[in-house]
Amino acid sequence: MVLSEPRVMAKHIEPGMRVALPVDYAGVSMAMTQPIIERGAGDLDLVCVPTGGLQVDQLVGAGLVRSVETSAVSLGEAGGAPRFNAAVKEGAVRLKDATCPAIHAGLMAAQKGSPFMPLRGLIGTDLLRHRDDWRVVDNPLADGGDPIVLIPAIKPDVTIFHVPMADRFGNVWIGRRRELAAMAYASHIVLVTVERVVEENLLADEMSAAGVLPALYVTAVARAPKGAWPYGLWGEYPADSAEIARYAKAARTADGFSAYMARAQMEPA
Amino acid sequence: MAEVLPREVLICTIARLLDGVRHVAVGASSPIPAAGAMLLRAMKQAGGAVGPRISILGSVEHNFFTNGSAELFDCAGQGRIDAFFLGGGQIDGAGNVNLVGAGEYPRSSVRWPGSFGSAYLYFVVPRVILFREEHTPRVFVEKVDFISAPGVSPEGVFRSGGPIALLTGKGLFRFDKTRPGFELESVHPGHDLAEIKEATGFRFAHDAEPRHTALPDRSTLDLLRGRVFDELAETYPEFAAQMRRDLVAVDA
Repeated sequence: MVLSEPRVMAKHIEPGMRVALPVDYAGVSMAMTQPIIERGAGDLDLVCVPTGGLQVDQLVGAGLVRSVETSAVSLGEAGGAPRFNAAVKEGAVRLKDATCPAIHAGLMAAQKGSPFMPLRGLIGTDLLRHRDDWRVVDNPLADGGDPIVLIPAIKPDVTIFHVPMADRFGNVWIGRRRELAAMAYASHIVLVTVERVVEENLLADEMSAAGVLPALYVTAVARAPKGAWPYGLWGEYPADSAEIARYAKAARTADGFSAYMARAQMEPA
Repeated sequence: MAEVLPREVLICTIARLLDGVRHVAVGASSPIPAAGAMLLRAMKQAGGAVGPRISILGSVEHNFFTNGSAELFDCAGQGRIDAFFLGGGQIDGAGNVNLVGAGEYPRSSVRWPGSFGSAYLYFVVPRVILFREEHTPRVFVEKVDFISAPGVSPEGVFRSGGPIALLTGKGLFRFDKTRPGFELESVHPGHDLAEIKEATGFRFAHDAEPRHTALPDRSTLDLLRGRVFDELAETYPEFAAQMRRDLVAVDA
């Protein structure tokens, strides 16, 4: 494998692509955010797996996002996602409000090459009422009745995440964050940033192999130390909640957001 | 008996509502429900039992899952999660929950984070406890602006779970899915029925003179202020520290 770098990887992103991003504690590649913004490919349809935060807010704030499919967007303890919330109010992004297991079900369908996955719940919600891509059918295996919702396969063009390590063969270590594998299986392009690249083959040892996403599913890997910052990375470092709070405050206005993003401190402290 | 803090009343009430569960899941940033679950476990273990399994979302310490963030929902779908907590920007008298926003959808005048797993978990977790400390007509409305998760479902719709109670900073309500609606079960110390009626935007059943919420006994309080706050501090350090500061202030 030839190691890439974030700015080169961002060139995979074309206008109008569907981009899957992980939940804030699973390994968000914050290191890719600025390169994606510099790349400037707009009209992106984001899929949050299953919720979004800082990265989604920044991509929305940068004006690159056409729609957001998500179960929630927030900055956690730091409160609401300011640029996302402002865009919702202005009607500047199209919302595809979902519920966490529906996002997982859509990815699972794609993983199996199936057109849809049935899911309990949802009937009687306004989520379902506003989703013309979700269908209700009667359970064909029951004697009659028993309505159930079908969630269509979610097939992102690109998946982007950050994990502790890759080996020099392009295998990446995802540990027990299996949603990262689900996203990768479902996606055409998979861009991964890592804390470090190791010499040994991660598939050679059964203990590490169990937590590996094989190179088969990985398009490119780049090294980005502290690449999840200011989010934390499991097993590596905690979230920098003071920095997230600083962003939350700055991004309350469009000008504050621009000033924050222009600062050189987009790199980890 | 030492004075009991309002939040201690809430935590002890949650422990009571959870009695008998095998596995309770708690959302991220929910220190009071987490404390209630931990208190129940501590009480059970003090009595020689194993106590419930507690899964706290987003916590490394209290996370048994190895299959990513989908596993909690799969686990609930399999019937392996007995209790869960839901809040809500709005909750109405029919038990409907709105986590999406106030006003006309999709351009909500106030946008909240979103529905999270509620549109699924409310259907499949047998004992969902609605918990919202703020008890105002802004939160407890006649009818929610957006249904993230409905309180009840029509006959024929698969539903193995749903709300059993609503706990607020002022009182405890039971949910009756046959009406459907809430019934005031008890009023917390320092509050009364007239105040609760004033603060609640939906109609609810109640006795002419509703009971007071039971206060914890000495041994329960000791467990809470000792072991439980210690355990809680691992996941919610700021909340545990604040509770301890409040206790010192009460004693002073």
